[in-house]
Amino acid sequence: MEIDRAREYIYADTELDSVEGQVIEELKANSQEIIPDPDQWLEEEPEQNILLTTVDWVINWGRRSSPWVSLCFPACCAFEFIAAMGPRFDISRFGMEILRASPRQADLMITAGTLTWKMAPNIKRVYNQMAEPKWVIAMGACAISGGIFRSSYNVVPGYNHIIPVDVYVPGCPPRPEALIYGIQMLQEKIAKRKNLAQKG
Amino acid sequence: MTVALSGKEVAAKLEQQFPSSIIESNKDILLVKNESLFDIISFLKTTPEFDFNYLSCITAVDYFDYFEVVYHLTSMEHNHSLVVKTRCYGRENLSVPSIASLYEGANAQEREIYDLMGISFEGHPNMKRIFLWDGFQGHPLRKDYL
Amino acid sequence: MMAIRTEPFVLNMGPVHPSTHGVYRMRLTLDGEVVVDLEPVIGYLHRGIEKLAEERTYTGVIPLTDRLDYISSMSNNLAYVLAVEKLAGIKVPERAEYLRVIIAELQRISNHLVAVGSFFNDCGAYFTPFLHMYREREKIIDLFEMVSGQRLTYNYMRIGGVSQDIPEEFLPAMDRLLEQMPRSIDELDRFLKENEILLARSKGVGILTKEKAINCSVTGPVLRASGVEWDLRKMDPYSIYDRFEFDIPTGSAGDCYDRYRVRIEEMRQSLRIIKQAVKQLPSGPVVADVPHLIRPPVGEAYAHIEAPKGELAFYLVSDNSIAPYRCHIRPTSLLNLAALRDMVIGWKIADLIIIFGSIDICLGEVDR
Repeated sequence: MEIDRAREYIYADTELDSVEGQVIEELKANSQEIIPDPDQWLEEEPEQNILLTTVDWVINWGRRSSPWVSLCFPACCAFEFIAAMGPRFDISRFGMEILRASPRQADLMITAGTLTWKMAPNIKRVYNQMAEPKWVIAMGACAISGGIFRSSYNVVPGYNHIIPVDVYVPGCPPRPEALIYGIQMLQEKIAKRKNLAQKG
Repeated sequence: MTVALSGKEVAAKLEQQFPSSIIESNKDILLVKNESLFDIISFLKTTPEFDFNYLSCITAVDYFDYFEVVYHLTSMEHNHSLVVKTRCYGRENLSVPSIASLYEGANAQEREIYDLMGISFEGHPNMKRIFLWDGFQGHPLRKDYL
Repeated sequence: MMAIRTEPFVLNMGPVHPSTHGVYRMRLTLDGEVVVDLEPVIGYLHRGIEKLAEERTYTGVIPLTDRLDYISSMSNNLAYVLAVEKLAGIKVPERAEYLRVIIAELQRISNHLVAVGSFFNDCGAYFTPFLHMYREREKIIDLFEMVSGQRLTYNYMRIGGVSQDIPEEFLPAMDRLLEQMPRSIDELDRFLKENEILLARSKGVGILTKEKAINCSVTGPVLRASGVEWDLRKMDPYSIYDRFEFDIPTGSAGDCYDRYRVRIEEMRQSLRIIKQAVKQLPSGPVVADVPHLIRPPVGEAYAHIEAPKGELAFYLVSDNSIAPYRCHIRPTSLLNLAALRDMVIGWKIADLIIIFGSIDICLGEVDR
């Protein structure tokens, strides 16, 4: 069918661009501080109540044995993640072979790539859409601190300016074995999680 | 082997068509005036003797007094290539004629030069920023951007 | 019967999408399922490599060039060091030239394996061909790890040669690979070439004519599938490619199926070049005698190579200091995408995914 070029759509292209620009500038101004890492679990004492501990253990076992990964693949580390999914370094044995496109069905975000200020609002939106409990693994030097591109004008110096990070995996890019070690550390963290904590 | 045409010979052949448009020409490059850039490049594209039907690359370089825009043209028929340059002086309100109507591949590259260097191209169908967002202040690839 | 009034609507295929091979955003104007207009929005991975290159020495830019097209890093390194050598007039020793050719052709095979695997992923064969291709790619990555120590971003080429010589395990492993790889490619090709779903989904889809391809500055397998015989290894030989015998596969129709065939044939031709190079490998030094902080004379240089995705070129301007004055990268994938809009108009969204996958882009090169 013929498109009438003179017809105004609900949002014109230039308006969409300027709204996007304002969102990015606002996020950049608000994200100059690092969000502190959620690492209180390292100092916590083990629970004493046997009934709640067993139920906790079963729930944690279920959660850590099949974390589903949500999509966040900007750059080069994505290829080491794909190699980890490949036949040689199989992460399907950890229950993770499914890559959910919808963030509502995922509980782990492995950030594989450099984050730029233009992309940051989209990553924050995907993170907000994930359901609790959710975890983040920062993979690679660019995700930890900006990496080799730190002094550039468009690069966020680390994902922890935008979202809280649980495990940091260094490397440029980290080998698939290093990534699997990072996932195992995350599984230890999930095993110690208290789900039915008593109040008072 | 792709033969790199000498700027001097091409200038000698263009002299009759475009008098006083060629500023300088030596073994490597052909430097032309801003206003006649579009006509010279469309002449180079359509004449069967040159037949430059493939645009390799457009670049801009910031020398402090002027900006230089460099075009690398190649002909697949005759297997020869040429480098054409043009200059614009000053730091504000720079403008060069656009060749997006001749080569479709120039579209995205001219938007990139506008975004990163601040040179705008007259006659471009969609002159807006391509890599950076709409409210970004300044042009990053200039030498005085820190 | 009343005619139903329809209107076009704008759909955003956002940066986070499972089929767009990276952070690439498109604003599609759709009439039902049929694409009527397409506006690409890029810049989500713009890291400012050209600006960062002006602050580093000539050798320090080599790790930055790795991250451009991260699937085939060795080719990016090669294009950059060729540009610096042209600028400074450095001659490379013979053994280094042969090693460069062997590594570049192995990189071409590895890149085409990923390209064909992802293409089948987009067609709907979910992961099976992809896993088979990846098994072959791991063998090539093992060879690269023997030589440079890294799996993805190698940083192997240096100005004046390569960084280190090959270890003793390399040539026996290479002989084993040259024996197994043709059989693996033939096995995969035999399963997939006549598959009726592939033929129905990709034959006649996304046709790019010869004139349009040349006008849009498209290069690489996409250009050759449209019928143009233009390969820089034969038309403008760099390094020592004029000493080897190989053919240039071209297609005729310019559709997605032809692009897939061109890539499979190119893999076979690359194996042919590697066999000849391994036989003729001389001994000697692997790097020329070049100072650590190199200061080329004032001038400029433009060097281009036939990278696996197309023509990759570097334009370097030097002012006799230790850092480049201007380093511009010809973005192969950005120019290959210039033809996307015309290829896609009139097809449905499912065909858009296949056409996009058959061009084989890498976002690191588009955005730099």
